[in-house]
Amino acid sequence: MIDWSGYIGLILQGALVTIELTLMGSALALVMAFVAGLGRLSRFAAVRALATVYIEFFRGTSIFVQLFWVYFVLPFAGITLTPLQAGVLALGLNVGAYGAEVVRGAVQAIGREQHEACVALNLGRFQRMRHVILPQALPLMLPTFGNNAIELLKGTAVVSLISLTDMTFQAQVVRAQTGSTLIPFATILVLYFVMALAISTGVRWLERRARRGLDGVRA
Amino acid sequence: MEWDWAFVQEIMPTLLEGLKITILATVLGAIVAAVVGLLLAIARRSPNPVISRPVGFFADFIRGTPLLVQLYFIFYVLPDIGIRLSPLVAGVIGLGIHYGTYAAEVYRAGIDNVPRGQWEAARATNLTIRQAWIHVVLPQAIPPMIPALANYFIAMFKETPLLSAITVLELMNQAKSVANSSYRYIEPMTLVGVFFLVISLISVVALRFLEERYAKVDER
Repeated sequence: MIDWSGYIGLILQGALVTIELTLMGSALALVMAFVAGLGRLSRFAAVRALATVYIEFFRGTSIFVQLFWVYFVLPFAGITLTPLQAGVLALGLNVGAYGAEVVRGAVQAIGREQHEACVALNLGRFQRMRHVILPQALPLMLPTFGNNAIELLKGTAVVSLISLTDMTFQAQVVRAQTGSTLIPFATILVLYFVMALAISTGVRWLERRARRGLDGVRA
Repeated sequence: MEWDWAFVQEIMPTLLEGLKITILATVLGAIVAAVVGLLLAIARRSPNPVISRPVGFFADFIRGTPLLVQLYFIFYVLPDIGIRLSPLVAGVIGLGIHYGTYAAEVYRAGIDNVPRGQWEAARATNLTIRQAWIHVVLPQAIPPMIPALANYFIAMFKETPLLSAITVLELMNQAKSVANSSYRYIEPMTLVGVFFLVISLISVVALRFLEERYAKVDER
């Protein structure tokens, strides 16, 4: 009979790494989404082109390839990253590119009349975004952001392949040590699912908050 | 370290060998996903909650967990209960089931988007349920689904490098083995990226075409 308590502890340690990676990756992705998404709507053609290249590049190749590239190729350019840094960087940039399209779509979904009203009120470009457009666009972005965060959570499993000791890595360790396959993998599947549920519940809560005060503004 | 074109030429045949497996896995996975998706969508619409509830939960569960772990599950757990699969078969099943759950949502939305009036009109003209599905509902439901389904299949193509983790010799795995034996990572890894980028850019153009061709049916 195998003593499972030690192995469960190992998997829980991995779960912490997965959560850490998801949070840090999401933070980077959020920043990139707004930078690139608003960049695509810029007045300047150069900024628009740069944002488009970033988005198409990261959406066109898979997270797996990007991660390996960051981890194995960048050291030759003199940039050596720890597995955690490489994971956060690759996940954040990848999911940020998907998020950027969400930001762009939501901002563009705000009607022309809102922009015209801002011009009529003599608001500056920054004020217009900050006080009028983004507060209305945010509730439109949140559901898709939630899905993107779940995609990011699922993406974290891939970092186990660059030797980061996340949940999937620990499950492999447990499999190698005990020879049991069902218990480690079933456990982490359930844990991933619980985390995904937590994200979708959290996003629904945020959505309710972001909608507050917007009743009647738009159907 | 410098970019070496001679090395690129040397490894190209190996990478192309891998690319073939990648494309094979994508095509087979897409077929499995299309079928699994349809079955899930139909089961989820079942009026009997004993069928629709568990199927719905299963689909949500698969969508909420990483493909990599599901692949490990299929590859490592199933042999313990006597089902021994080759890596490629395990990979195709994993891809097919994972993306089948996404495809199921597309089917569901497509079927729901056929207006009620169409069902009622089919009924009024005395068509049987079977005839209503085949001649009225599906011809209207399927074309708008095509771009969305194609979108998921492109996403699936980009996920195929995960199969290297269960020892399928696809593009990524060939690149890794080349890199590990020659200690040169720049060329193989960059080329894999370029291959994926080129193929997905081409498929995005194809997708635009599909969208123009099919997505506007409801505007007629």
